Amino acid sequence: MAVMTRFDWEDALMLDQALDDDERMIAQAARAFAQDRLQPRVLEAYENEQTDPEIFREMGRQGLLGITLPEQYGGANASYVSYGLVAREIERVDSGYRSMMSVQSSLVMFPIFEYGSEEQRMRYLPGLASGELIGCFGLTEPDAGSDPGGMRTRAEKIDGGYRINGSKTWISNAPIADVFVIWAKSDAHGGAIRGFVLEKGMAGLSAPQIKGKLSLRASITGMIAMDDVIVPESALLPNVEGLKGPFGCLNRARYGISWGAMGAAEFCYAAARQYGLDRIQFGRPLAATQLFQKKLADMATDITLGLHAALRVGRLMDGEGFAPEMISMIKRNNVGKALDIARMARDMHGGNGISSEYGVIRHMINLETVNTYEGTHDVHALILGRAITGLAAF
Amino acid sequence: MKILVPVKRVIDYNVKPRVKADGSGVDLANVKMSMNPFDEIAVEEALRIKEAGNAEEVIAVSVGPAKAAETLRTALAMGADRAILIETDETVEPLAVAKLLAKVAAEENPGLILLGKQAIDDDSNQTGQMLAALLGWGQATFANTVTVEAGSITVARDVDGGLQTVKLNTPAIVTTDLRLNEPRYASLPNIMKAKKKPLDTKTPGDYGVDITPRLTTLKVAEPPVRSAGIKVADVDALVEKLKVLGVGA
Repeated sequence: MAVMTRFDWEDALMLDQALDDDERMIAQAARAFAQDRLQPRVLEAYENEQTDPEIFREMGRQGLLGITLPEQYGGANASYVSYGLVAREIERVDSGYRSMMSVQSSLVMFPIFEYGSEEQRMRYLPGLASGELIGCFGLTEPDAGSDPGGMRTRAEKIDGGYRINGSKTWISNAPIADVFVIWAKSDAHGGAIRGFVLEKGMAGLSAPQIKGKLSLRASITGMIAMDDVIVPESALLPNVEGLKGPFGCLNRARYGISWGAMGAAEFCYAAARQYGLDRIQFGRPLAATQLFQKKLADMATDITLGLHAALRVGRLMDGEGFAPEMISMIKRNNVGKALDIARMARDMHGGNGISSEYGVIRHMINLETVNTYEGTHDVHALILGRAITGLAAF
Repeated sequence: MKILVPVKRVIDYNVKPRVKADGSGVDLANVKMSMNPFDEIAVEEALRIKEAGNAEEVIAVSVGPAKAAETLRTALAMGADRAILIETDETVEPLAVAKLLAKVAAEENPGLILLGKQAIDDDSNQTGQMLAALLGWGQATFANTVTVEAGSITVARDVDGGLQTVKLNTPAIVTTDLRLNEPRYASLPNIMKAKKKPLDTKTPGDYGVDITPRLTTLKVAEPPVRSAGIKVADVDALVEKLKVLGVGA
């Protein structure tokens, strides 16, 4: 006989029960940190387009950076499910804060750990884990976005090292970064894409801020200009060649985004629900109307399905293995749905929805970026299309 | 000095409790549970005393169902050194808990037992006081600040008129109030490390304590819904109403 239980509007299919004790504690600790430390400052940071580098140190002290890495490098040896749960809690506050964490963890610490030498690991990972060092990831270029294989940045072999020339753009954390993971075509490796670790202060390296962003304003973004930057041989990441290097990093970041976007959506859903219960029009709460309830039902359904799909992929990453297409599916679906939910929540807040105070329009505008970066909604459809048909349509 | 910190698994403070349909108690099925917030403050204070070099070991202890191990793991993740779970599915009243803690104290010989002034589920505010009586130790309840010296502990207590400072000889019992400190969050590496810390599981029988309840719950009911107030026209009408209600001089 099937036992009946009570429906929880915040956790419709009981995700909490599908977690183990560690995961639940990690999620609770991340939530407490995000709500107590990040939530109170996000409005001002967003309005003034200001990124507080201290946030990296605070995340580091809390152990939120590079959590899947082994302990000797400053990680917590935690599961990918835990990593997803942390992303969800940070993005419940702001997609920009989650971006800062994703870049540091998946796009900087992961490649140094996975593709780097032991010397590179020990040089950078403990500092990146504590947040004393800030990292960025240079793949996208002014003329190479969805098609990173078309990058123009070149590494030319010189005596004892390489000379790097090129430019990168839309790089999160770049203007305040100490460590730059740069992808470039290397003449010495037959033109293959190779990774290099550059450091702030190298001659010819600069990272000006991109101003005037109307999205992800709490997270600083820049360009990276490399004009005859000379790096030693030890700057080359020795253990990967080709696009699978950056894609290995992006898989992990995109997986985290699929959880994070659901956190932003959950904020919007809860805010719309509360607003609907409190706001009285025509003598009854907005939430007592059919159109309002239908929207909430759609939101609850999409959030629940998205979270459980992300949990499934996380379990596969922690266990029997994952395919990148699985991540394309949940990144595309979850961010697209989160964006729809945020737009709907904005609408359900009426005129108040455009005020920063209610938070929903900030999430909505942030998610426009999240829907685009790390593989656009359409490009992930093409990755899935290729896997379904065997035919590439890029 | 060892510090013993009893912690209780209670319904999370953010959850709105619901009464079971038959009025026999609060429905705890699928409800989020957490460490009693006053006990979190006690764990934090114990850790600060240890970090200041005034204690060598912090031991967390809980009386409750198997799931209370999760609460103990939270204490371990915050920084406690080891934990003891006295497992029972029975209802435990403050006197039974105090008797069990007295037995644990006899085994562990702590210099200080730090615990929440009350648990937010039953709000009894009795366990610390009963434990002090059973052990014959000095007690300071509602601690606002705790200062440890050699052989004694000075506690400023939150009382109605302000702060009352008392000095206790060790071993002693201190119960925590809200303003004592702000508990830390467990960091992720410490959550992972907590798994490797020792957690002993015992039963009330191991300590020879009879935990049979001495009280019978007759009925649990939701608080009455507040009815709407009325609007008065002006200040004079307000003063008139207050006089009728007997408010003020």
